[in-house]
Amino acid sequence: MSVEATGRAAATAVDSGPPRGGSGFLHRLLMTLGPILAALILAGAILLAVGVDPLAYYGTVLERGLLSPLGIQQTLTRMAPLLFVASGLIVAFRAGMWNLGGDGQFLLGAVTAAASAPLLITVMPDWLALVVAFLLATSVAMIWSLVPALLRAYQGVNEIITTLMMTFLGTSLANVLVKLVFLDPTTTVPQTRTLPVDDRLPRLFDTTVTSGLLLGLVAIIAVHLMMTRTAFGLKLRIVGANPRAAIHAGLGVPKLTVAVFALSAGLIGLGGAVDILGVQGNVRADWNPAYGLAVIPAVFLARMNGFAAIGFVFLLSVLSIGGESAARRVGVPNTFTLVLVAIVLIMLALAEYFDHRHNQSRKA
Amino acid sequence: MTGLFSEVFLGALLFGAVTAAIPLLLAGLGEQMSEKAGVLNIGIEGMMICGAYLGFVGAFYSGSLWLGFLTGLLGGMAVAVVMALLCVRLGLNQIVIGIALTLGLEGLTALLHHFQFSRSYPRLPAADATVIPMLSDIPVLGPALFRHHLLVYLAVALVVVMSVIYRRTQLGLNLQAAGDKPAALDVAGVDVMRTRTIAVLTTGGLAGLGGAYLANVGAGLFIPFITNGAGFLGIVLAMMARGRPVWVLFGALLFGVCLSLTTAMQVAGINIPTDVIQMLPFLAVMIMLVLFGRRASLPAALGIPYERGAR
Amino acid sequence: MTRYSPSSTAESHEIVVLDRVTKRFPGIVANDGVDLSIRSGEVHVLLGENGAGKSTLIGMLSGLQQPDEGRILVDGQPTPITSPRHALSLGIGTVFQHMMLVPTLTVAENLLLGGPWWQRPKLHLLEERVAEITRSLNITVRLHAKVSELSLGEQQQVEILRAMVRNSRLLILDESTSMLTPQGIEELGALMRRLVERGLAIVFITHKLREAAAFGDRISVLKLGRKVGEITPARLRFLGEKAAIAEIVEMMFGKQTGDPDAKRHAGTFTRPDTAPLLRVRDLSVTSTANSPGLTSVSFDIRPGEILGIAGIDGNGQKQLAEALSGQLASSGGSVSLDGRPIDPMNVGQRRAAGLRYLTDDRLGEGTVGAFPVSINFFLKQVGEAPFWRRGLDQRGEIDRRASELVREYDVRTPSLKTPVGRLSGGNIQKVLLARELADGAKVVIFNKPTYGLDLANTLATRQRIRDSAARGLAILLISTDLEELLSMCDRIAVIASGRLVGDVRNQDDVRTTVGRMMVGVAA
Repeated sequence: MSVEATGRAAATAVDSGPPRGGSGFLHRLLMTLGPILAALILAGAILLAVGVDPLAYYGTVLERGLLSPLGIQQTLTRMAPLLFVASGLIVAFRAGMWNLGGDGQFLLGAVTAAASAPLLITVMPDWLALVVAFLLATSVAMIWSLVPALLRAYQGVNEIITTLMMTFLGTSLANVLVKLVFLDPTTTVPQTRTLPVDDRLPRLFDTTVTSGLLLGLVAIIAVHLMMTRTAFGLKLRIVGANPRAAIHAGLGVPKLTVAVFALSAGLIGLGGAVDILGVQGNVRADWNPAYGLAVIPAVFLARMNGFAAIGFVFLLSVLSIGGESAARRVGVPNTFTLVLVAIVLIMLALAEYFDHRHNQSRKA
Repeated sequence: MTGLFSEVFLGALLFGAVTAAIPLLLAGLGEQMSEKAGVLNIGIEGMMICGAYLGFVGAFYSGSLWLGFLTGLLGGMAVAVVMALLCVRLGLNQIVIGIALTLGLEGLTALLHHFQFSRSYPRLPAADATVIPMLSDIPVLGPALFRHHLLVYLAVALVVVMSVIYRRTQLGLNLQAAGDKPAALDVAGVDVMRTRTIAVLTTGGLAGLGGAYLANVGAGLFIPFITNGAGFLGIVLAMMARGRPVWVLFGALLFGVCLSLTTAMQVAGINIPTDVIQMLPFLAVMIMLVLFGRRASLPAALGIPYERGAR
Repeated sequence: MTRYSPSSTAESHEIVVLDRVTKRFPGIVANDGVDLSIRSGEVHVLLGENGAGKSTLIGMLSGLQQPDEGRILVDGQPTPITSPRHALSLGIGTVFQHMMLVPTLTVAENLLLGGPWWQRPKLHLLEERVAEITRSLNITVRLHAKVSELSLGEQQQVEILRAMVRNSRLLILDESTSMLTPQGIEELGALMRRLVERGLAIVFITHKLREAAAFGDRISVLKLGRKVGEITPARLRFLGEKAAIAEIVEMMFGKQTGDPDAKRHAGTFTRPDTAPLLRVRDLSVTSTANSPGLTSVSFDIRPGEILGIAGIDGNGQKQLAEALSGQLASSGGSVSLDGRPIDPMNVGQRRAAGLRYLTDDRLGEGTVGAFPVSINFFLKQVGEAPFWRRGLDQRGEIDRRASELVREYDVRTPSLKTPVGRLSGGNIQKVLLARELADGAKVVIFNKPTYGLDLANTLATRQRIRDSAARGLAILLISTDLEELLSMCDRIAVIASGRLVGDVRNQDDVRTTVGRMMVGVAA
C-alpha cells in the first residue's frame, strides 16, 4: 500500500468536528464554553497542587493580559503574527492537508523580510520597501512549501512527515542565513541588520499596537471569506471533506493541493515578515517563537472558522502576555499556558465525541 | 583546521554521536511499533519530555540512575495511557490529541520543574560507564563505542529484540495485521484495540526511557523543553525505516553523528554554524523522499481508528 | 471431527438456527424477520441479488454485527454471537467476500493470527496440521508465500484452510465464486462436497443459479431482506437441476408481472435510423489487482433510448461508467457524444458537453455529506455562472435554483442548509438525480440507480429515468437487478469480466436469455 491512502484517510477521519451547521448557535456556544470551563477547573487543580492560588493566577493573567492598558496593547500586538499563522493553517486544514511545517515557513519569511527591508529602504520609499519585503517573504515561504506540496500532490507522500522535516530544515536554514549571510557586521550579537523604528509598520494611533494587527485581521477575514464564499474556497473544502467526491466532480486535485500549500505557507511566511517589520526589527540568531505549533490548538478550537479563530487567537495572546506577567508576579512560569491550551483541546475533543455519540444514539 | 582528524577529536565525535543517538533510537523504535499497529503517535514528544522529567526527578531523589530510568519509562507510559484511551478506545483524532499531549507535557514538566527547583538546575553525578573488556581497548573506537552506560548497550540490543518480535512472535504478527488490515485481525479473533493499546504503551515506555536517558546521561540535568524535537525526529526515523528496526538504528546514528559534530566542531573552534550540520540529516532524508517517495510504504490503516463492521 | 459426521442428510442436526432475525441500518432494513436452519453435512445455499441482505446475515453469523430483533440459536441454545472471536470459538468460520487476509504477511503467518500474543507462533504444529488437512482435501497451499502474491482463488483456499485449522464445524462462504475462473469454481464445488462429507455444515452464498443448483443441498432465496423461499434437499433431488433453476428464477425474479405500466416497449421513442447520441468503440481500460478492467467495449445509444447493462457486480460496470465520465483513464478506443469525439476531454468538459454520470456510491463520492443540500446540487458546477460570478458565491442564485430543484425533484429535506448526509438514501438520490438531469443533459449514465432504496423511491427513480428518455436523452442504465432492466430498457447487454457479451432487444422472451447470461448459464 502506498502512503496515498494514509493521507486521504487522515483527511477524512479528522473532520468529524467542523462543519456542523444548523445545530444551533447556543449548542455551539455550549460546546465551546463547556470544555473551556472544565479545562480552567482542571488546570486550576494543577495550580492548587503546586501551591498556587488559581484565582490569583487567573486574575493576574486577566488583569495583565486584558485589563491593563499596557497589557492589552501587548496582547493586540502579539495577535498580529498569530493571526497570519492561523489563517495559513485554516486554509490547509480545511483542505484536509496537515501543514505542520509552520515554524520553518514563519522563520524563513521573517528572515527574508529582515534581510531585504533594511536594503530596500535605501533605494525606494518606505511603504514600497515594506510591500516588496512582504512579497519577497511570502514568495520564499511559498517556494519552501513546494517540496511537500509536490510530493503530496503527485507522489502521494504523507505531508505530515515532509512538513515536519521541512520545518526542522527551515529552522536551521533560517539560522544559517542569519549567522552567515545576513549578519549585521556592526554588532557583536549575531543578528540581521535592524530596521529603524521609523521605517517599520506604523503603530496604531497613540498606542504601541502595531498596524500589523489590522493586516492580520484583514488576512484572516479574507481567508475566511475565501473559504466560505468563493468557488475556489469551496473547491478546497470539497477536497478536504471528501477527496473522492472532488475527483468525481472533476476537480483537479493535484493542482489544488499545490495551491493549498502555497497559500498556507505564504500566509505563515507573511506572518513572520509582519512580526519583523512591525515589532522585532531584526532576526536574532536562534530566534524561534514556535508560533506554528502554538496556533494549531487555537485553529482546532475555532473549528477552522476564521472569525472564531480571531477570538481564540486573542485568548491565546491574552494567556501568553498575561502568562508572561504572571510568571514574574505570581511565580507561575508562562509554560502553564501550554498546559491550559492542551487541556482545553482534549476537553473539546472529548465533548465532541460525546456529543456525536449522543446524536447517534438519539437517531437510532 | 588543527585537530579535525586527530584521534581525540574523532573519539569525542563518535562518543557524542552514540550518546545523542540513543534517545532517538529509543523514540524511533517506540514510534515504529505504534505505526506498525496503525497509530500515528504525534504525542511521542510529550511522552519523551515526561520521561525526561520524571526520569530526572526519580534519579535525583533516589540517587539511583536505574530507578530514574524506571520512573522515566513509567512516565512515558502514563502519557501513553491517555493517548491509548483517547485515540485507540474512543477513536479521537490522533493528530489533535498528539499535539495537545506534546504541548501540554512540555508546559507541565517546565511548570513542575520550576516549582521544584526554581531557577536552579541541579546536576546528576556523571553516569557510570560500563566498560566492555577487550573491545574498549581498541584505539579510538574502543573508548568511543564501548565505554558507555549500560543502557546504551541495552538500547542497541533492543533493536535485535524488536526484530525478533516483529518477525518471530505472535505479537509481531498481530501488530502488523492491526496496521495493515485490522478487520482481518478482528475476524481472526484478536482484539484490535488491545493490540494497538499494547503498541501505544510500548511506545510511551520507550519514549519515556529515551527521555530519561537524554536528561540523566546525555545532559546530566533537566531543563524545560530539553527534548527539543527529538520525539518528532523519532517519527521521521520510524517513517523512513519502513518497519525495520535496524534502519531506525542507522538513522539514529546518522542524526547522532550530525548532532555530535556540531558540538565537536565548536570544541575544535571551527567556525561553521552548527545549523549547517544539523541540516544534513534532514537534507539526506528529504532527498531520499524526493527520489523514492512513491516507494515509502506505511501501514494501510495508519491513522484510522478501527470500528468493527463499519460500512 | 467424526462427532459431527451424519449418517444421512436427513438425520443431520441443526448447528445454527436463525429465528426471525431483523437488522436495520440507517435508511434500510437489511434483514427482515429471516429464518434459517443450518445443518451439519449440508451445503445450504443462500441465493439473492445484491442488496438482498446476504452480507448482513453473514455479519451476524460471524459476530461482526448484532441482530436488532430475533435470536440466533447455536446447538439449540439461544446464543448471542458477540464478537468474531466468539464466533470462532463456537466453530463458525467465515470466508469473506472481501478477503480477510493481511496482504503483507505470509500464508502461514495469516493462519497463525489469533494465537495468544505472548506466544511464539507454533509453526511446526501448523505445518503438520495443514499437511494433514490439505492431503485429505486434496488441495495445495504455498504456506510461505506472501498473501499479496497469491491469486484470489488461492487466497480463498487459504481462508477455507484457516477455518479448517480452527476446527470449524460451520463454514460460511460469501460470494466465493465471483472472482474465480470456471475451473476454480468446479474445484471449489468438489472441495465443499468433501467438506460436508466430513460432517461440516456449509453456508454458500451466491447469486449464480447454476452453482446453487449444482452445489447446494438446500437452497434459501433472499429478496430485499426477506426470505422468499426455500427448497429442501428432498425437493431438490426430486426436481433435478433444470427444474430447480426454473423454480429459483421464479422465486428471485418473480413471474411476468401483470403491471402493464411498468413495461415500456422497445422502440417507443426511437427510430433505428436516427444517429446515435453516444457512440462507444473498442473502449478498453487496463485491469488492476482488484478490478477487471474493460476489453474492447462497443455500443451505440440513440436519442430516447435506454440501453441496459446487466451483469454480476464487479465485472467492470464501475470501470465502464468511470471511463465514460472521464474519471478513469481509458487505455484504448473512442467515445463520441453527438458525433463529436470526447476522448481528450476531462470530467468537467464532458459534463459541460452533456454527458452526465449518476454514481452508485452516493455518500462515498456522489455527495459531500457534511455540506448543505443546496451546495451538493452544484458540486459539479463549482465556479460556473450563474451560481458563481467572478469566483464569488451568488447565494441568492444558488438558493433560488436549489429550492426549485427541491420542489421539482420532491427532495424531502428540513431546509436547504441541512447537511445532505442527514437525508435518507432516497432523498440523497433525488439530489443526485436533480444534479445530473438538469440543464443540458444529453447522455446520462445511471449506475445502480435504485440500489438500497425503498419501493416508493425505487419507482420514483425509475419514472425519472423513463421521463428523461422520453425527453430524448440517451440513457445507459447499469444495474444488477434484472427485473429493473427488463421493465425499463429498449436493449439489454450483459457485461462479464469487462466484456459485453450480448446486446439484445428487450422483447417478450428476453428474460430467460439475459437471466441465463447474467447468472453464467450459456444463452
